Amino acid sequence: MTEPAKKLWRIEINEKLCKGCGICADFCPTNVLEMKGIIVGVVNLDKCTGCQLCDLRCPDFAIQVFPR
Amino acid sequence: MSTQAAPRTVPYKEKTPFDYSSYLRKGKLPHIWCPGCGHGIVLKSLLRAIDATGLNKDDIALVSGIGCSSRTPGYVDFNTLHTVHGRSLAYATGLKLAKPKLKVIVITGDGDALAIGGNHFIHACRRNMDMTIMVYNNYIYGMTSGQSSPTTPQGMISTTAKYGSIEPVFDTCDIAKAAGATLVGRGTAYHCQELEKTIYDAIMHKGTAVLDILDSCPTYYGRFNKVKGNSELMEIAEKDGTVSQAQAAKMTTEQLQGKLVRGILHRTERPEYCEEYEKLMAKAQGK
Repeated sequence: MTEPAKKLWRIEINEKLCKGCGICADFCPTNVLEMKGIIVGVVNLDKCTGCQLCDLRCPDFAIQVFPR
Repeated sequence: MSTQAAPRTVPYKEKTPFDYSSYLRKGKLPHIWCPGCGHGIVLKSLLRAIDATGLNKDDIALVSGIGCSSRTPGYVDFNTLHTVHGRSLAYATGLKLAKPKLKVIVITGDGDALAIGGNHFIHACRRNMDMTIMVYNNYIYGMTSGQSSPTTPQGMISTTAKYGSIEPVFDTCDIAKAAGATLVGRGTAYHCQELEKTIYDAIMHKGTAVLDILDSCPTYYGRFNKVKGNSELMEIAEKDGTVSQAQAAKMTTEQLQGKLVRGILHRTERPEYCEEYEKLMAKAQGK
């Protein structure tokens, strides 16, 4: 019996809107995000569970998570 | 007014991102709030709650005073009114009387609502006019560089309290309840999903609904009080400083010391002002 395929996610960051507050990176439950200079970057996309917490807590409308 | 949809179950369980673009004036973004300010998070919760109510955009009016929080109506595509300091409730009262079918949401800050507009605040609660008052409480006057507000906790540093504030604080929920608001609730920017449901309940309520929404001002309140980083400030004040009603029921009085309770704290029914006014008009006209 094969395991069900892991659902994959795609994180879109709007670099024009991100102010680099770091809230998404600090509150990410699986540490997918990390600060890269003044804006946030994706480091471990495989670990993303699609919980949307980064999107919900982003004050700047800058990050969204879509099913891949 | 458009028909009201049934309360939506939590949309993010579907794990698709919410599309805010239809509610925003996109040309105005990025907004003026500092990096890490909670006002953006509260705005997003408000937009999701409004979407859940199923109301038409033209049936909603956002009224605000002056302050960081009061910049909110500039970014949203509803009927909006940006008024003078502390008098947002006076304008909202007039607007509601002129157009009773509008859903009026007042966005105001802690200084705007409780200090400069304190008089308007208690009398708006007393009249029980059908409106939602959202008090964004960041413990400080953010826009004018961090003076003490009526909610600055004792011992905390601000521009006008360099050695720590000695003044006792106002509890927004207690004042609103005592003044006669028929729905009183509290939420935080950290618990944004819970906040969305609280705002939904407040918008659907018939009568004055007052929400005390805790968020953070990292630029002044955080920096003065030596909190490094935006997320830490959110954790200290919002995550660790508040408990839900279910948690509060299991805690002793000593454990609850210094903690604020989130959720709908008070709900009652009273005659609504606009309806009473219409009855009065009919009576005076001899109908």
